[in-house]
Amino acid sequence: MTAPAAPQTSEPVAPARRVIAPSVAALRGEFGPAIERDVVSCGDTIVYVSRARAHDILAWLKHTPGQEFNYLTDVTAVEYRDPERPLEVVYQLRSLGRRADLRLKIALDKREPLNVDSVWDLWKGADWLEREVFDMFGITFAGHPDLRRILMWETYAEGHPLRKDFPLRGHFSRAEQTRQALAANPEAHYSLEELSIAEAYHELPKDMQERLARGERGFLK
Amino acid sequence: MGLINPATEHPEDETSVLSEGSPNFVTTTLDFLTNWARSNSLWPMPFGTACCAIEYMATAASRFDIARFGMERQSFSPRQADVFICAGRVPFKLAPIMRRIWDQMPQPKWCISMGACASTGNVFDNYTIVQGIDTIIPVDVYVPGCPPRPEGLIYGIMLLQKKIRGESIVDEQIRKEQPLGPDGLFLPAHRIDELSEPFGNSVHQTRSS
Repeated sequence: MTAPAAPQTSEPVAPARRVIAPSVAALRGEFGPAIERDVVSCGDTIVYVSRARAHDILAWLKHTPGQEFNYLTDVTAVEYRDPERPLEVVYQLRSLGRRADLRLKIALDKREPLNVDSVWDLWKGADWLEREVFDMFGITFAGHPDLRRILMWETYAEGHPLRKDFPLRGHFSRAEQTRQALAANPEAHYSLEELSIAEAYHELPKDMQERLARGERGFLK
Repeated sequence: MGLINPATEHPEDETSVLSEGSPNFVTTTLDFLTNWARSNSLWPMPFGTACCAIEYMATAASRFDIARFGMERQSFSPRQADVFICAGRVPFKLAPIMRRIWDQMPQPKWCISMGACASTGNVFDNYTIVQGIDTIIPVDVYVPGCPPRPEGLIYGIMLLQKKIRGESIVDEQIRKEQPLGPDGLFLPAHRIDELSEPFGNSVHQTRSS
């Protein structure tokens, strides 16, 4: 059986898949050396930025006309097996109006404290995303309003599970894990605000009070 | 199997046995009556955490219909439940909640561990999953499968009914609450470590990976 003949002309690659996002040139013009490098991977543009200027760059990307990345799709982090390779914090941005995506990465040297500025002041949705990165990787976010664990419970003492030096079954023995889990207070992972929402009714904004007063049926009592 | 009252079926035995003053005859009859009632009116408390809960719903729905076994009422309150059915994997974060629900259930109570995850932890031999709920609460019947088909769960329920029919109301031990020990554990620590040992393919994992 012979191999099928190779096609005479290869399929033309859609130009958009190889082209770097136009935001990168604008970023280089605006921030210069703070833009460390850029790559195109699977059609997505990835921009590596310096940790010190990352918050400024993200704010600029959100507010500048022509960029308008008004939707934060995800905040996450990556650690690679190579111990010398830095940890990366990843911001996936989307401009809903322009239908454009951009990925920003901050490389963090593992020998230094793992700390970046929170983007909670730019996108409120970053709240839980940054808590998850903190829980799983131990990266702290300066300026985050409520940086607590979100997936593991408050008193979890084994470390940050998605780090490469974290063993799959955890650091402690199963008996110790079971003992600590059973000793945990199931209510402890709620913040005080979440537990006291009924008491805090009179401090809520007017529109929220109105919405709560309507109740399930949707009209004022 | 219907309810037979030996007292009315065999009146001559009644006089002979009772005249000897043996308590065994009365106790056995009460056992039979109690176990018959208990095993045919179990109220399940579904604790569905994963895909096994889908199979549990199928078991409860019209095609398989566990109402045929006296489980007409799904009790979503632990205080009005007899059978705790854990359907799905249990993370360590859920362990204190599950223990509290089990403690809230009044006696008599039984537990069915439905599926491989609840019984052993299954493939989730990692830092989040309890390696078998029997390290936290006592379990009466283990139903294997990933997930078990409704027939499998019904077979487990019938096994539990069979087990209940073999119980005795004068045996105080089987209805005794089993709280956590002074070390905060349900089983001794070495037993939990032994039960949680990796098996099958997961032996090849190393603790450092």
